[in-house]
Formats: sequence, structure tokens, C-alpha cells
Amino acid sequence: MNLYAAKAIYTFEMARTWRTLAQSIVSPVISTSLYFVVFGAAIGSRINQIEGVSYGAFLVPGVIMLSLLTQSISNASFGIYFPKFIGTIYEILSAPISPLEIVLGYVGAAASKSTLLGLIILGTASIFVDVRIAHPFSMLAFLLLTAVTFSLLGFIIGIVANNFEQLQIVPLLIVTPLVFLGGSFYSISMLPPFWQTVTLFNPVVYLISGFRWSFYEISDVSIGMSLAMASGFLLAFLCVVVWIFRTGYRLKV
Amino acid sequence: MHTIIAVNHLNKTYASGFHALKEVSVQIEQGEILALLGPNGAGKTTLISIICGIVTPSSGTVTIEGHDIIDEYREARHLVGLVPQELTTDAFETVWNTVSFSRGLFGYGRNNAHIEKTLKSLSLWDKKDNMIMSLSGGMKRRVMIAKALSHEPRILFLDEPTAGVDVELRQDMWQLVRTLRESGVTIILTTHYIEEAEEMADRIGIISNGNLLLVENKAELMHKLGKKQLTLQLQDRLAALPTTLNHHNLELTENGTELVYTYHSKQDRTGITTLLADLAAADIRFHDLYTTQSSLEEIFVSLVKKPA
Repeated sequence: MNLYAAKAIYTFEMARTWRTLAQSIVSPVISTSLYFVVFGAAIGSRINQIEGVSYGAFLVPGVIMLSLLTQSISNASFGIYFPKFIGTIYEILSAPISPLEIVLGYVGAAASKSTLLGLIILGTASIFVDVRIAHPFSMLAFLLLTAVTFSLLGFIIGIVANNFEQLQIVPLLIVTPLVFLGGSFYSISMLPPFWQTVTLFNPVVYLISGFRWSFYEISDVSIGMSLAMASGFLLAFLCVVVWIFRTGYRLKV
Repeated sequence: MHTIIAVNHLNKTYASGFHALKEVSVQIEQGEILALLGPNGAGKTTLISIICGIVTPSSGTVTIEGHDIIDEYREARHLVGLVPQELTTDAFETVWNTVSFSRGLFGYGRNNAHIEKTLKSLSLWDKKDNMIMSLSGGMKRRVMIAKALSHEPRILFLDEPTAGVDVELRQDMWQLVRTLRESGVTIILTTHYIEEAEEMADRIGIISNGNLLLVENKAELMHKLGKKQLTLQLQDRLAALPTTLNHHNLELTENGTELVYTYHSKQDRTGITTLLADLAAADIRFHDLYTTQSSLEEIFVSLVKKPA
């Protein structure tokens, strides 16, 4: 196991985070703060409690998930796409590194970064609203599981993408709608029965529901189901990554 | 001699159907400098990329110190450093960090002394804290070499190391290659400058159209280079060579109007004086004469122009 290599990639990627601090950390923090100001304080004060939780507090898990998903994907996809784009990928391909070590480096860094970001947003949120965490370990587990899973997805997108537009398309056109429609800002039980059923096909529902349960013990689907689905995604994306390295798809000619 | 890289029946067909390498086999000896010479698109970079693990071969095998580059890629790649043709660098990294990064990738822990030595040998020491984007093209090229040397490889691939560099840097580069060779590093470089191959290499391989046409000692190639031909244009057509001239190894060409004498210019006695005397004795007159020398360039051109 070439742990030095995984560490080198990890360190390199984290250095990129600090170098682009404004883009990586400050801007997500500002945009989520805006959510709390607008939805939590301004509009939220006119909305009833949802299942015994104030609307502002109800929002917190969803808003964290929104950032976690989009940031995990964009960090990881950019991390691997950029060396491909400028050509420095040659060094990774010619080094004595196994796919596992490459994934550890890139996905590990992207997941660390978005987990850190999730915690920062949680901290920011607690300034605006009264946040209560019923199951801290479960909360952390969901945070990490989601960060790793969607960093893997980002890694896949970064490898498949041929240009910067394709890099943006999945987070923008697929992930953002799924998160918004996945119960980040409302409880699914507020929807008509038909749409409740449709929503159950949205994978993000399970992540948000499980995450919210860790805070307030309220959920749209059972916690076991959430955990199973989150683990299922992790496994599915891992399989795709293994396949990519087995075949050299889009990495080698 | 000890074979450090063995390439056997290597083929590469790209997805586009382009057959970039055709049945290439070559043994690279430890400690030698092998220059791969060939026009653009001949397959030089493809060959190097396959050996280094960047391109997957369609068929054939490569072993480095007996380690198959696919089954035992870790052992094989540890031994190899690659300086690609393009200047691909992380613009926002410092020289020191990018070289340390490369060392880590190859599975080695920090060794500041080695990196310092490498940077100093490449005159990069005073630039170690500079961002790569602030360096000139020549300096970037040096950074790429420093990265390739960061893990103390035993084999170094230089893909067109002197393409687009100024004379001074080229001389430096050649000096560096010699120093590396003295320390036991095997060097494979590609070039399309014949003078570079002549200057540097122990052996020269010529690639064209995906075929490795020959791999020969430079000395032997130079021997061929030393071959000259004296052509005598005769006043009267000769039907056949007089038997008195048989021992001169002459050739009657152009329908009997030219005599071609092949000799070696580096020999002490070229035999020209006796030939001319014998011609006069046989009463063969000529109205003009000229000599030609085959250059590496000519050998090269005649080889690569031959239909594959």
C-alpha cells in the first residue's frame, strides 16, 4: 500500500482548499446564512412549526445536506477533472499507485472538505436558530457517509466529463432539484399522497430524512431505511469507480 | 550487458483505428543512453507512454527489471521517471511543493536533502518558493525534470527534452543527462534533432510509422556515416570493367558512363591515388568527378521514406 501517495494527493487537494478559501468555504457559508435570514427569520416566523420543530430549526439539516451534496460533488469532480484538463494526470498514471490510493486521496480530501464545511454551516446555523442534536453520532455518521458517497459521485463525474460544462451539469440540473424536492425545506407529509409516492423515488429524501432524524427525531422514512439507502449509494458508486479503473475508462487511451 | 527494459512485440491501436505501434521489440541496456529518433507522429511518445503506464498496449509485453508493467506495475514504476513533452504543471504550486508531491506519489517519505540536491543540480534552488506560473518555459522544463528525479529513478524517460529550449539550456540539459548517466541512470530520450542523438546517445533507434526500423550503436551508425563514394563520370561508355581494375571494388553504373568507388574516409589509405593511376594505365578517361558522404540524416531519411 502506497500510503505516501494517498497522503500526497490528499495534502495537495487540501492545500488547494486553503488557497481558494473564499470560493471553498466562505461563499457556501454566506449563501447558507442567507437561507436562514430569509427562510428562517423573515418567512419562517410566519410558518407554523413542523412536527413540533420551528421552521428555522427544521431547515438546518436540509440546508446542510444541500451544501454537503453540491460541495462534495463539485470538489471531487474538479479535483480529478483539473489534472486531466491541464495534463498533470500523467504523473498520477505513471506513479506506482493503486486505484484505491488515488480514490483515498481525491475522495478523502473532497469528503473532508465538505464535512468540515457541513460542520461550519451547522455552527453558523446555530447562531440564527435554536439547533438541538438528539443523536450526535448518528448525525456525524450521516454527514460522513453522505460526504464520502457524493464525493465518489463527483469523482466519477470528473472522470467522465469532457469539458467544464459537463462538470457543472450534474450538480446543477440533477442534484440541486433532487435536494430541493427531497424535503430539504418541507416535510414530505405536507405533499398530496400521489406526490409523496413519487418523492420516494428521490434518493436524496432518504439522506435528508435520516439526517433530520439525528437532530429532531422526526423523519419521513424510517432511519433504518435511510441508512440502508445511503449505504446502497455508497456501494453503487464504489462499483462504478472500480469499473472505471479496471477498464481505464476515460483515464487511459 | 544487463537488459533493464525488455519490450516485446508491442502493438498499439487507438480507438480511432490509428495503428501507432507495430510489433515493436527492443532491449534497453542498463546505463545506456538510447535516443529514439523519428518524425512527428512516428510513435515515439506512444512507446514511452506505454512503458510508463499512461497508455495501455493493445498487445505485447514490457518488463522493467523483470517486472511486467501491468502485473507488477508498482515494482516497475518505482524504477522509472518520466519527463513528458508538454509542459504540464500545477501553475499555483511552488517548485518545492510540486517536487515533494512527486516524491510522495512514488511512495517515498520526505527527504529534504535529496530534493535540495535535485533542485540545486537543476539551478532551481533560488526558485524553490516561486509559484510555477511565474517561471519561464525553460525553468518549467527544469521543474518537470526535478519532479521526475524526485524519487531517485534508475531509468529516466525524456520526451523531447530540448524541444523549444534555447541553446544554453540545451547544453545544460545535455550536461545533466551525462551526469545522470555517470551515476548509473539509464536514459531514453526522444528527439527529432539528429544532432542531439549524435551528441548524446550510445545507441540510436529510428521509429517511423509505428515501426522501429533499427536500433544500432551510434559508433556503427557513424561508421556508416564515414562511408564515402567517389563517382567518376567517364568520357566514353564502358561495356565492362577491365580485369586490371577488379581488385578496386568498383561499380559500373549509369549504363556504363559512371564508375563508383566506395571507400572509407577515416582510413589512412583511401586507395584513391592507386585507383587513379590504374585508371590512367587502363586508359580510362573521365570528364568530371564528385564525392558524396552518407550522413545520419540521409540514412534516416532513406529509412523513414521506405514504404512500411
